[in-house]
Formats: sequence, C-alpha cells, structure tokens
Amino acid sequence: MLLIEELKVEVGDKEILQNVNLHVPPGETHILFGPNGSGKTSLMMTIMGFSGYRITRGKITFKGEDVTHMPLHERARLGIGVLFQRPPTINGLTTRRMVELCAGDRCVDVDQLSSHLQFDNFLERDVNHNLSGGEIKRSEMLQLMAQEPDMVLLDEPESGVDLESIALLGESINTVLNRGIKRNPSCQKGIISEKPKSALVITHTGHILDYITADRGQVLYKGQLRCSRNAREILKWIHEYGYEECVGCTV
Amino acid sequence: MHSVNDKTIVNLSDFNSRAEKNEYAYIDSLEAMEKTDADEFVKVGIETDASLRAGTFIQKDNAVVHCSNSSDGTDVMGIAGALEAFPWLESHVWKLLSPEKDDMTREAAQSPLQGFFIRSHKDVKIEKPLQTCLHIAQDKFSQKVHNIVIAEENSEVHIIAGCSTSPHLTTGLHIGVSEFYVKKGATLKYTMIHDWGENVFVRPRTAVHVEEGGVFISNYISLKPVGSLESNPVTYLEKNATATMNSILVAGEGAHMDVGSVVELNGEGARAEIISRAIVAGGTIISRGHLKGNVHGVKGHLECKGLILKDGLLHAIPELSGAVPGVEMSHEAAVGKIDRREIEYLMARGLTEDDAVSTIVRGFLNVDIEGLPEELAQKMDQAVKDTEQDMM
Repeated sequence: MLLIEELKVEVGDKEILQNVNLHVPPGETHILFGPNGSGKTSLMMTIMGFSGYRITRGKITFKGEDVTHMPLHERARLGIGVLFQRPPTINGLTTRRMVELCAGDRCVDVDQLSSHLQFDNFLERDVNHNLSGGEIKRSEMLQLMAQEPDMVLLDEPESGVDLESIALLGESINTVLNRGIKRNPSCQKGIISEKPKSALVITHTGHILDYITADRGQVLYKGQLRCSRNAREILKWIHEYGYEECVGCTV
Repeated sequence: MHSVNDKTIVNLSDFNSRAEKNEYAYIDSLEAMEKTDADEFVKVGIETDASLRAGTFIQKDNAVVHCSNSSDGTDVMGIAGALEAFPWLESHVWKLLSPEKDDMTREAAQSPLQGFFIRSHKDVKIEKPLQTCLHIAQDKFSQKVHNIVIAEENSEVHIIAGCSTSPHLTTGLHIGVSEFYVKKGATLKYTMIHDWGENVFVRPRTAVHVEEGGVFISNYISLKPVGSLESNPVTYLEKNATATMNSILVAGEGAHMDVGSVVELNGEGARAEIISRAIVAGGTIISRGHLKGNVHGVKGHLECKGLILKDGLLHAIPELSGAVPGVEMSHEAAVGKIDRREIEYLMARGLTEDDAVSTIVRGFLNVDIEGLPEELAQKMDQAVKDTEQDMM
C-alpha cells in the first residue's frame, strides 16, 4: 500500500528525516513510536505532501503510484487520509459542510455518522472551533469516515482524549479501517466481509494500542527508523528501558 | 486641487441633479415589473413576490416608482408625502444630524425632499420584512434622499434596503441622509445591500437614536465594486439599549470604501457590538469602528477582520474611548492573508487549492446575519460565491 524508500527530508535548512525506509502492506496497521522531536509528524506530513517538507532524496509510492511530488489534494483523492493532532479552525465553515466536502461526490448521511461518534451537537459549529481535545479527534474521525481513505495516517489519536472517549475513538478507527470487534453484533458481518484498510499510527504513550489492533511497530529516533517488530513488544521495551536504550540494540 | 483619481473628494459640479427623464412609469404591482428593472433590484435583495414582504418602496433617480404596504400598523411612504400627512414628522428631520455637518449634508438640505418614511406603530410586530430600493438609472445623476425610519415603542420591524445603479452608468452620486428613531423597547433590523457601479460616489450620512431597552441591528453588505463609498453611521444608545453592527465588504480593483460605525453608549446597561469582515482584492478598504463609553456600566466589543487577496489597501482603525470608570470595551483586529495551514487542511480532504481558498473566503464572509430571510440568505450565499469567483 505504502512504500517509502531512502527518504531524506529537510524543513528549512534542517535535515529532519534521514534515510527512512518503510513498507505498510495492504490491510496492515503499523505503529510509529518515537520521542518528541524524532520526526514522526514530519514523516506523516511528508507522506501527505504538506508544504515546508522538502524531499531531498528518496521516493514515496502509494498503491503502486509514485506520489513523491504529487500535489496534496491528489494524494488525498488517491486514498490517503490524515487525522491531525492540532487541526486549524476554519471560521464560517460548519463541520456538517466540511464532512460533506470530505465525501466529495459521494452521498453521506452526516447525521448518522455523527451520531455514532456522539458528535451531533457540534455539527453546526465552525470546524474545530472551541472543541476539546477529544471533540477534535471525533471531528477528525467523522471527516475521515466521510472521506473513506484506503490508508489513514493518525497523528497521536489519543492525545488530549479522556479515558471514557478513547474507547469510542478506538471503535471509530476500527470502523474506518474495517477492523476490530464491534459492540453492535449486526455489524460484524460487514466488517469481516470488507477488506481491512492500512494505517500508520503515531503514538507517544501507546494507550491507543488497547483499542486498535496493530500488526507491526516501528521506532523513529533522531530522524531514522531504528527498529521494526511487534508493536506491543516495542512498547514494553520503551516502558522498561526508555527510547535511548531501546534503539541502542540497533546501532 | 484633486486628481481625477482622488476617490475621497466629490466634485458636485460633475453631477446632474435634474432628472432628464422625470417620469418613470409607476409600477402597480411588483410581479408586473419590467425584467430589466427586476433583475437590478433583485440583486440588492428586493423580492418581487409581494406576499413575502410587508411593504415596498422603490425610487428610481428621483421618482417614486412603487410604494405599497400590505400590513396593518405600518406606514411606508415617500418622505415628502409623509411630511404633508404627518406635520409632527417635521421635528424628526435634521434632528439627529446637522445639515451643516459637511458639503454632502448641505447639498442634501438644499435639495427637494426625496427618499422614504417608514414607521412601525406602537406594539406592532411586523413578521415579514419591509423593503426599499434606491436606484440610479440616469448617467451622472446625483440622487439625494432623506430617509426617516421610526420604530415606535415595543414595535419590531426588519427593513431590507437595497441600493443599485444601472449597468451602463459611467458615474453617479448618491447622497443618502438617514435618521432612524428606535423608541423604548422597540427593535429595528436594517439590512442594507449595496451594488453600486464602479465609478459611482456614495455618501450616506446616517444617525440612529435608540431609546431605553431598544435594539438596533444593522447589517451592511457591499460585495460589488463601488467607485467611492464613505459611510460612518453614528448610533446613540440610551439605558439598556443594544446595537449590533455587522458589515461585509469586498473591494475589487478600483473600489474605494471608507466604512465604519460609531456607537455612543450613553445610558447604563447599553451594549454594542461592531463586527466587520473586509476582503481586499485590488481595491481599498478603510474599516473603522469607534465605541464611546460615556457612562458607567456599559459594554462593547469591536471586531475588525480583513483578508488581503490581491494588492490594495486594508486599513483597520478600531477605536475605543471611555470617559468614566466602569466601562468595559474591547477590540480585536486582524489583517492578513489566508493561513496556509487552513488551505492545506482542506486539501488533505481532497479539495483543490482553488476550492480550498474559495471555501475559506466564503466562510470568512459568512457572518451570521440575524433575521435574514431564508431566500435572501440563499441569494447572499450565491452573491458571495460569484464575488469570490471574480476575485480569484
């Protein structure tokens, strides 16, 4: 689904990513661990094609297409979706309208989608205006549900979300990815009959792993991917020894 | 000496006060209006389905071409006729404004009385809006009007006031003197939609007096290029009176707008809010706002936001002045460009860059205008879409 080869990225004059190689096969969920400032968000922004992230070497391939220099919106239309950690407010644009825009030409029942996310009361509010951390994440998930991407990039989905809402969020991520066991049994058939989608999930704390199933974990440390193995195992190591010790084995 | 490009100076001798065509056919019913007229009027919010409006006044150059009133408890008339019918009205003319204020008021004071008189009677709540249209059809015409609006005690009225010019005009001048009286506990909503020509000079002079517990809501919308517009209405608020002034301005190439609001909070408990959204796309906007807290226990907020999409000038001048302790006033002004993060956020959802910019611009102009009838809200939305296409 997503293949990153020898990727080098600069922001301003500073090299943020050095020689990143990553492969997320179709249907797999990969977890990206790393301390603050290691380049996790930069990697996600580069995959999506945001301005300010200059690729100096390497290649990004998505669904077999070279997207290294493809405009942002074309990558979105090709099937990449992002859950932003701190999205901007868009004044005068209601969340309802935003969700419709995300759906493009498809018809979506915004009320139905939002009731799953308990977001009904915020639909007429301007996008991200005066929302709590958890509400922002639910707004982002609502948009992704309408967008229906083939691969989602989730930037710290659990940050700022209280314990009660994190389960709801995890469930909505599973819905978008066609994975997991749903609370509502009538949906199970649909879930297993549809192909799972791919995901790259940035997490700092690993809490989200209690709610979504991960196929693999990677550690990004000082701009380099240093480790690739079972996500829960990596999380245990990090808890036990910290990042520096954890990546020490790969040096 | 002023140059021909000096948009701040009006040379009165450039304009003709005499209408060449004195007699425009009177329009008996709005539905029977000629299509060319209807098209012009509709753009500035005039509804041709009379059942949707409580009354209508239309003046073309200096001729009243339509005046009707379908609701009890209101008066809708030409001002000259109203002064004959109601001798007491004389005391309301040049009461809030002085004819000696400037050249424009002097010019208006010397001219025959044109314009409208609208009154909502005591305790009458008019559900449907009333509408007025002042239109300039003759080239180089100088239209001078003096409008009086009175919302009597505990009455409620919404007036949609459109102003426009015929498309062929090379230039024209509109001097509009308006004096509004909002009596005790009354509510006056005044939504003004302007569509002037590119070389038309517009000089409204407006003053509003709001008595105890009264509410004045003004919505001013000017999306199309106007040669030169200078408007700085003054509102005087008494005890517990409220004023909300919203303006949405777009200045394309060649447009010059100097628009603001002054609100004097003169009674305890008075509240005022001035909100302006300005977009410069090649023209000039001077966006003013001035709250004057003259007594204890008043509150006001001023919000002045501007976007510059093409080189021009956006000059925000928010002012607050407090004369005594116990006034609470604040302002917020921002002038700039569209945040790149917002554009890319929308692009990450699949919108092209152009669509993302349009969406943000439309949102920026989308000030929630209280009490705008649904059909007019839809028209405004379409006008904003058209405008933003012109700007890109």
